[in-house]
Amino acid sequence: MSLGVSTEGRVMSNQNTLSQAKENVGEIAVSFISGLIFGVGLILSGMTQANKVIGFLDILGSWDPTLMFVMGGALGLHFFTYRWVRNRYPKPILVTQWQVPTKVQLTPALFLGTFLFGIGWGLAGLCPGPAFVNLGSGNRHIWVFVVFLLLGQGAFYLLDKAWKINR
Amino acid sequence: MTFMDAVNGLLGGLLIGVAVTLMLMFNGRVTGIAGIIFGLFSLDRRDFLWRLAFLGGLILSGALGAALFPQKVGYAFEGRFSLGYMALAGFIVGFSTVLGSGCTSGHGVCGMSRLSRRSIVGTLVFMFSGFLTVAVMRLLGILNT
Repeated sequence: MSLGVSTEGRVMSNQNTLSQAKENVGEIAVSFISGLIFGVGLILSGMTQANKVIGFLDILGSWDPTLMFVMGGALGLHFFTYRWVRNRYPKPILVTQWQVPTKVQLTPALFLGTFLFGIGWGLAGLCPGPAFVNLGSGNRHIWVFVVFLLLGQGAFYLLDKAWKINR
Repeated sequence: MTFMDAVNGLLGGLLIGVAVTLMLMFNGRVTGIAGIIFGLFSLDRRDFLWRLAFLGGLILSGALGAALFPQKVGYAFEGRFSLGYMALAGFIVGFSTVLGSGCTSGHGVCGMSRLSRRSIVGTLVFMFSGFLTVAVMRLLGILNT
């Protein structure tokens, strides 16, 4: 965070988006590259193909274990790189503090939310990452899925504003 | 699953590991994709552009994939699932990933790597309900050819 008032985004409402882009161009560039690499990883692994995801969840059909290899690769690497980065760097390279979740409580929202997520994931064979990657293919089914994903998040945003849900 | 599917899965998984490591090392953040999307709603000026840039990177990879490996992107169930069905599934995924604080990337990859208790529990729960959902779809004949 290079700005003192950075957590209060609206404080800077008179600042235009272009000057904000200059302010944190490094962060924006790293995010873009990370998104690109993440997407290539999803495509290479086959996880952008909903039939392979549903195939993994389909224990009563012809089970496709590919997803386990993908998780194995991602977890196998990041288990070590997470520790390495946190030990090696007192703070992130481009910003002043870590923003890694620290909550430990197992809340009802966690159980209900993740249970519902599994249902949506199983129904279409899509989670948010592969859905966004597949937007690039221009497929109409995917676009409908993503538009309603945004509406679902928007619905939560409004509910949370009204009731402040403990997640 | 062929042998090459397993190899590609492992390599693709490693790339995902590289992507989340870059995000952590430079930006100090976890790469939870549902969370990256949800953060857009607060319209925080400081926070908006890197989120768009990340999602832009994902979409660009898909556009490149569609041009180079058309069999790897797109949607295999176009003929089977209606648009209303996609809308329902999308809405559930959107709502639930905020309620449950994460998706496959946030809980499954980033949280499990940190051995976060919430993410380990969350991943087990969505894996369980995912298996259950597809089993029910199979029993109802939604998946039968």
